[in-house]
Amino acid sequence: MMELLAPAGNLPSLKAAVDNGADAVYFGFRDATNARHFAGLNFTDSKMEEGIRYARQRGVKLLLALNTYPRPDGWECWKSAIDRAAEMGVDAVITADMGVLDYASEQYPELHLHLSVQGSATNYEALRFYQERFNIRRAVIPRVLSLAQVEHLVRHSPVEIEVFGFGSLCVMVEGRCILSSYVTGKSPNTFGACSPASHVEWRETSAGLETRLGGVLIERYGKDENAGYPTLCKGRFCVAGHTYHAIEEPTSLNTLELLPKLQKVGIAAVKIEGRQRSPVYVAQVTRVWRAALDACARDPENYHPEAIWMSELGKVSEGTQTTLGAYSRPWQ
Amino acid sequence: MKLSVGPVLYYWPREKLLEFYNDLIDLPVDIVYLGENVCSKRNLMRTKDWLEVGERLAASGKEVVLSTLALLEAESDLKRLRRICANEKFLVEANDMGAVQLLQGKPFVAGHSVNIYNGRSLGLLADLGLKRWVLPLELSAETLGDLQRIRPEGVETELFVYGRLPLAYSARCFTARAHKLTKDDCQYRCLDYPDGLTLSTQDDDRFLSLNGIQTQSARTLNLLNEIDTMRELGVDVIRISPQSHRTDRVIDVFRRCLDGDLEPEEGTRLLTPIMPSGACNGYWYGEAGMEQGGGQRNSVQAADPEPPKSVLRNVRLNGR
Repeated sequence: MMELLAPAGNLPSLKAAVDNGADAVYFGFRDATNARHFAGLNFTDSKMEEGIRYARQRGVKLLLALNTYPRPDGWECWKSAIDRAAEMGVDAVITADMGVLDYASEQYPELHLHLSVQGSATNYEALRFYQERFNIRRAVIPRVLSLAQVEHLVRHSPVEIEVFGFGSLCVMVEGRCILSSYVTGKSPNTFGACSPASHVEWRETSAGLETRLGGVLIERYGKDENAGYPTLCKGRFCVAGHTYHAIEEPTSLNTLELLPKLQKVGIAAVKIEGRQRSPVYVAQVTRVWRAALDACARDPENYHPEAIWMSELGKVSEGTQTTLGAYSRPWQ
Repeated sequence: MKLSVGPVLYYWPREKLLEFYNDLIDLPVDIVYLGENVCSKRNLMRTKDWLEVGERLAASGKEVVLSTLALLEAESDLKRLRRICANEKFLVEANDMGAVQLLQGKPFVAGHSVNIYNGRSLGLLADLGLKRWVLPLELSAETLGDLQRIRPEGVETELFVYGRLPLAYSARCFTARAHKLTKDDCQYRCLDYPDGLTLSTQDDDRFLSLNGIQTQSARTLNLLNEIDTMRELGVDVIRISPQSHRTDRVIDVFRRCLDGDLEPEEGTRLLTPIMPSGACNGYWYGEAGMEQGGGQRNSVQAADPEPPKSVLRNVRLNGR
């Protein structure tokens, strides 16, 4: 049965994930060592201890995200984060940087390592590299492969594969997108955040409400439109005289309808995105996905996403729309 | 410092490509990177054709490196990669860890999309045969300096110094999307955009350039002014990324500046008119890549991180 992995941006979210049926939760330290480095998010050491206790008592696994790329001046910080993770006895560390993987596998051979989506591994030769060098046990793959390609990858992969099932959709290969730092100087790789709130600006103008990132106009909303957060790749831009969502619409990935196929090809775990989201989101999404995974495991032949699940998920989706993303060829 | 010409990142007609490389024979560059980096569907040049171009360039005294795809998805991508990696004539540039896996044990180059952000990563790849690495694009001069101090002996450092910056890769083809086509039926529209398709903001700022599945900066990175510092930092190779017009002038200007025959300010004056959408100096000063100038911002600094109260009720923040 596929494992359900839920996001925990803070202790209430962790509890919500555990209480609503997650098999595992993932979380991060309160610094730039993980890719959801947002103000007020993540765990201090004491909260982390409490969270670990809570999950352990209920038989839920804990995965620590340590998935950004240290530069030389940050190396000691990332190294000590690995040391702390090993000491706390988390079930696995999700990490991306070759240097960090090398250090962790050498220093703590017993510590399970998962290759983060930020590691950008989209093919089995890359997975072999990480497995042979660092003995990774699992890889989370970028949201770029079609379902047929995922199946091919799983068949040839030396390690188990985890995919994103639901949440905000990265359109670009994770770990290789520097659009955010092009505009703000801060990227997921170096700073742990995309389109950081510190660089966001909202302006009411005669042309409508404008949202900017690093001074760049991302979106302009008409009177009746709902404004959204100016994630760089989800704005409306002009190409060849047309103004449209040139990269992607504000939309969320939702693969609920693909579950039997993902199960059949041998996916080990499905990840819910959203450590930056509220405990209410975590509870709601985890509950729906628990029910769906159970239904799919019981009777994959007759599995269909229930309408109520889809509408529950639709309510918490970015832009209230969902897509199959790259799993579906026409999306590409 | 040596001067290199990076792989052509766009889809140019075969004749144009052949002409471009024919012209390069007589131009003062030391190293030429060849091959398709961006899209596996671009097939006007086959591996065999690239090898032939490589032979001609090598015969003229250039060092030739075969460059590879940054995003490997299908088995056919791997098949082509294996052929390139198995060639015994030319050095290969890995742009994905899959290529590193195939190249380990013999000398290879790691391109800028291989994430080498610290000394441990650099040391690890050096042990596997790394001969040269290209600094990831979002790293600053300061980080470059830190890495140069701990760089393993015998490993050369290369810097991307001129050209539109490759900023992201996707499964989706944005050029096809602009034409309301799917990637599977793209009709090779990239052929119409020899420097990419410009994407502007709604207030007419030329912001990005769509190059198939790759997104680039609209502005052209130009680090000509920083050549002296690069030399001090022990950079071995500087890379010019080809553009559709007047790459010969770009090469000439960089060469003359390297040789001390031209002042960088004068060189920049010669380059400015041939850039498709103006210049930036990227991440050199540790700031936003689109900035221009010695670390000064040229865009509006974010003033108000919160939406106005009057519109807050309509705003979806996605939990931020």
